[in-house]
Amino acid sequence: MKQARPLAIVGAKLVTPQGVSPGTLRCVDGRILAVGEDAQPGDEIIDAKGQLLAPGLIDFGVFAIDKPAFHFGGITRAALLPDQSPPLDHPARVRFAAQSGKPDLWVHPLAAATVGLEGGQLAELALMREAGAKAISTGRRWIADSGVMHRLLQYAAMLDLVVVAHPEDGGLAGHAVATAGEMATRLGLPSAPAEAEALAVARDVALAELTGARLHLRQVTTAAALDLVRAAKRRGVAVTAGVTPAHFMLSDLALGDFRTFARLSPPLRDEADRQAVIAALGDGTIDVVASGHDPRGPEDKRLPFADAAPGMAGAETLLAMVLTLVRDEVIALERAFDLVARNPARLLGVAAGELAVCAEADIALIDPAKPWVVDSAKMAAAAGNTPFDRQPVEGRVLKLWKGGVAVG
Amino acid sequence: MAEASNQFIDALGGTSAVARLLNAPVSTVHSWRSIGIPQSRLAHLRLVALAEGKPPPDEPAINAERDGLAATRKAMPAAPAAPSRYPPGAQAFPHRGLLGIGQLATHEILFLLDEAEQWVELNRQAKKHTDRLAGLTIINAFFENSTRTLLSFEIAGKRLGADVVNMHAAQSSVKKGETLIDTAMTLNAMQVDAIVIRHGSSGAVRLIADKVACPVLNAGDGQHEHPTQGLLDALALRHALRARGRASSDGMLNGLVVTICGDVMHSRVARSNILCLQALGAIVRVCAPPALLPAGVEAMGVTPFHHFDAALEGADVVMMLRLQNERMDGQFVPSPREYRHLYGLTPERLARAAPDAIVMHPGPMNRGVEIDSTVADLAGRSIITAQVEMGVAIRMACLDVLTRRGRGVEGWA
Repeated sequence: MKQARPLAIVGAKLVTPQGVSPGTLRCVDGRILAVGEDAQPGDEIIDAKGQLLAPGLIDFGVFAIDKPAFHFGGITRAALLPDQSPPLDHPARVRFAAQSGKPDLWVHPLAAATVGLEGGQLAELALMREAGAKAISTGRRWIADSGVMHRLLQYAAMLDLVVVAHPEDGGLAGHAVATAGEMATRLGLPSAPAEAEALAVARDVALAELTGARLHLRQVTTAAALDLVRAAKRRGVAVTAGVTPAHFMLSDLALGDFRTFARLSPPLRDEADRQAVIAALGDGTIDVVASGHDPRGPEDKRLPFADAAPGMAGAETLLAMVLTLVRDEVIALERAFDLVARNPARLLGVAAGELAVCAEADIALIDPAKPWVVDSAKMAAAAGNTPFDRQPVEGRVLKLWKGGVAVG
Repeated sequence: MAEASNQFIDALGGTSAVARLLNAPVSTVHSWRSIGIPQSRLAHLRLVALAEGKPPPDEPAINAERDGLAATRKAMPAAPAAPSRYPPGAQAFPHRGLLGIGQLATHEILFLLDEAEQWVELNRQAKKHTDRLAGLTIINAFFENSTRTLLSFEIAGKRLGADVVNMHAAQSSVKKGETLIDTAMTLNAMQVDAIVIRHGSSGAVRLIADKVACPVLNAGDGQHEHPTQGLLDALALRHALRARGRASSDGMLNGLVVTICGDVMHSRVARSNILCLQALGAIVRVCAPPALLPAGVEAMGVTPFHHFDAALEGADVVMMLRLQNERMDGQFVPSPREYRHLYGLTPERLARAAPDAIVMHPGPMNRGVEIDSTVADLAGRSIITAQVEMGVAIRMACLDVLTRRGRGVEGWA
């Protein structure tokens, strides 16, 4: 559907990279025409009543396309990880995935780095780029063979595609489902030391530096790994880091009672690492917060902890959790939208993710103070596997536009 | 004794006959034989005797006798009952099932141990049977192979008179892809009175317990807990200390130094024992090569050791654990021979522990690996067979206590 009439949203607080300022936003033909100018005669006028007007969220790393949950959470674009069944390792599958959400949700598939995500043979990355892949991903797995990772990064650098890596040393992590420590020991869960992450980050950063490739570490969750990222950025390595809200909101105490909704990959860390993640969000070491949306029903979750599938349904709570950081004065409001919209857009190379002239008119009207309670029984998502069940939060999307057209 | 009252009751045909005539409980009439017939009942009884054609009661004698007895009782109040360590009243044991030692408070552990003593006695009789759980159905659902624990639970249930059914995962629909929850719902629908579960995944028993209406007993879940083993080891220790004249009167194990050596990482027995022994006041050391000692184990209050000799120094109890090769994901020790060299309990090593130190092993033993045969069979020191004996008693106590709510038995004791 195309935008029929020019749209003017008046009386809003506009969130731009420069800060928050009152004003009007005009969108014509699916794009933002003017920021801060007055409405013109003939415009469809929406009164924002002083609420926040922000770019639609770009969720950099989801495992399923779950439109109701994305729209609830103000997400207008989502980067789909290649861990599908079958994996996104073929141009035809990438092309299909790229079309699957339109028009009111754009899906940006991430091409599987290797055939079947097995970590052995490189997939047809250039052809998948033609088919609509916006980046390359190793999925939920780590490429154990450093030779393969080296060649992948060389090739990705040539194609100018970001490689999204899952940094967790496979040998050390093994079949672990928890971080080694008191909690895992008391519960008797297979566990791996948190250093599995730093090891993997060190190798991948070294190879990115060697090849000049752009590397995005999808989830960096430990103090040691964040220090490596911080040092690499200082050296000028093209490395970025992401995290999901679970790792700055929860520690491994959430595993108590064997709650499988807290079974995540990488596993929840101890409190010191959680604090390190918050510090890294504050100092800019972490560039992206994504939901890692992975709705899993009882057949995957109502199992003994170690047998349950990892993952959480996070799309609906992404915005509210990031706004928690603003309320806790870890980050400024405009930086919150850098984390969930502007930086992901840059990594994907799409003209969206900020309220700027000529950008795609993906807009969310947000009440940042609206209180609500997360309830796993009443989720818009395909499944209610949220580790934040019963948690009171603030911040809801009131209205959402994709390409200037109202959603829902 | 109330002489006059007794004579009159007998004249009317005995306790039951009087109870029937008065429409009163037998126990009430019976109590009159010792405290005398109350005045409020005498008029009624006189009429009854008249109607039955029996001689009337000697009322002055009965009145004098009753008041005299009441006066003596008042003058000599009954010795107060020994104060119970357990909550009084009708409140039931506060746990629906037994999922782990971690859920039990110290007095609850002591209660289960004390309850087990009667079953230790019974199991030593020629006729080892009660009908306490007669009519109840207990399912032993074992999703993981087991011989001794399954047998122990089966014997415990049968000695209490329950109908015990064993379900082996190998022959169950679990192999056909049925989920654990569906299996639990199926068991629940069969209206069983208790389910005993062993499963290879930590937390699996809790998952089932949340889905069924009856008490669930954990017979071992993954690397998490094996609570009846923890309890039976404490009971075996208590008996061994009693035999040595070192038992404390309160049933605690205060100050006892226990060294647990072996595959602590993969051992649910170790976890339950650490929790149980510490709750009873013992000092616990754990000893294993670094790869088999879980991270953060010292946070559970134990002292970790890597050198067996140091861990043994002055220990009152040495508990050996088997290498759980079936749970190991990769290689943790180079060879059994090397393991024995570093961690095998030999007579020479045992000499480093306290004189008269007690040797324990939850079984099954790998003789010649973690424990030498000479030590395992050392009379007076090794209580390995006593552990097995206590296992049946502990399981009887747990089944009895946990089914009380379902059987309508009030209170703890």
